[in-house]
Amino acid sequence: MIFNLSPFYLLLKRDLTLAYRHRSELANPLLFFVIVISLFPLGISPESKDLQGIAPGVIWVAALLAAMLSLDNLFRSDFEDGTLEQIALSAHSLSLLVLAKVLAHWLVTGLPLILLAPFLGILLFLPEQAMLTLIATLALGTPILSLVGAIGVALTVGLRRGGVLLSLLVLPLYIPVLIFAAGAVNEAARGFPVAGQLYFLAALLTLSLTLAPFATAAALRISLS
Amino acid sequence: MWLFFQKLASPKYFYNFSGRLIPWFGWACLALFAVGLYYSLIEAPPDYQQKESVRIMYIHVPSAWMSMFVYMVMAITGGIGLIWRMKIAEVIAASSAPIGASFTFLALATGSLWGKPMWGTWWVWDARLTSELILLFLYLGVIALNSAIEDKRIASRASAVLALVGVVNIPIIHYSVLWWNTLHQPPSIKASGISIHYSMLIALLLMAVAFKLFYMMVVLMRARCEILDRERNTSWVQELVSARSAL
Repeated sequence: MIFNLSPFYLLLKRDLTLAYRHRSELANPLLFFVIVISLFPLGISPESKDLQGIAPGVIWVAALLAAMLSLDNLFRSDFEDGTLEQIALSAHSLSLLVLAKVLAHWLVTGLPLILLAPFLGILLFLPEQAMLTLIATLALGTPILSLVGAIGVALTVGLRRGGVLLSLLVLPLYIPVLIFAAGAVNEAARGFPVAGQLYFLAALLTLSLTLAPFATAAALRISLS
Repeated sequence: MWLFFQKLASPKYFYNFSGRLIPWFGWACLALFAVGLYYSLIEAPPDYQQKESVRIMYIHVPSAWMSMFVYMVMAITGGIGLIWRMKIAEVIAASSAPIGASFTFLALATGSLWGKPMWGTWWVWDARLTSELILLFLYLGVIALNSAIEDKRIASRASAVLALVGVVNIPIIHYSVLWWNTLHQPPSIKASGISIHYSMLIALLLMAVAFKLFYMMVVLMRARCEILDRERNTSWVQELVSARSAL
């Protein structure tokens, strides 16, 4: 089977343009990410020793929640104005088009998170030797969050109150990513090698990159039926 | 033989057939439970280290096995329903989810009761416990999705997709105690050999089969209710109900 890639680029360009025209909405998940992280020093303790220990977990849990909150934008508006049905009806592979939408979503929500993370790491006194690992785990992990999350959004897009249900469906599937990613940053902070966890994250990314678009496409067809 | 399976796919035939099957499963389950409990509580020796508390194993291990088995049944029947649109497969998948969640909860609860005297703590964040907890969350997600969608057939297909995505977790649970060397002990029964005494093994296997029969009985009972609910607008269900209410 030969995939025609031009609809992929067209949809990617369309979604990125749409996102650019609604810049203020884009900032919201990022602001959430920053605010949640700044709550921890206030709630637990401002001591650098305490914060250092929890920094990897806090940054990753906040990233997980921010990614989950931003998921709703992925299909919701397209579903409401009927664009999603037109996309599903098109002659091109729905999985490929889904991948374009997920990629656009990751570029506008996941990527800024990665750029922001080192500053938040500094705020939480994350040791410098762990900074590179933090960026690496986020670079490998946030695409998984978008890909797996897309399945959950596709399943709940037709429901009126899908928001809480979405978190119930998606968060259990995020747990393995959290375990390996936060584990890797923790090990790096103590000066241990982290190649094993990074390979595991890369394997999860490959798995979700190859299988999640098909599951999302199937789920979308069910929701649209 | 082939005709039999085709007939079994019709809700009406399945309803009648499973009604005749349930008492068999029920009595066999009861008999096996009686024998299994006798073996596990009286016949099997106490462990030389764990003493009498080892007997929790005869509930804990079968329910942990069942938690994974029921999930696989749910995912496979869900997949069959997704591909071939078989009504009975959808019904079995939908009725399996709450039973599987109960078995998972039972495995976690008995494990916790066993962990207190043995490890000195109710809970540890060890790999197998965590992945079993994720399994419970997955079951709850499937149940929630099933009840959130109005149309039962669309609900079945949506939760089948979710169940199939969650299948990734099953090998993680199964191999967690081999991959990560944590507090939970590795399995005693493997393809390569068995590391427990045969009197304990007999009790464990009896209980495992009894659990399986119990699941078969309950899943058929739930499936019958589910069929009546889904087929309530068909003539045979209405005839059945009016015949019952006339009595």
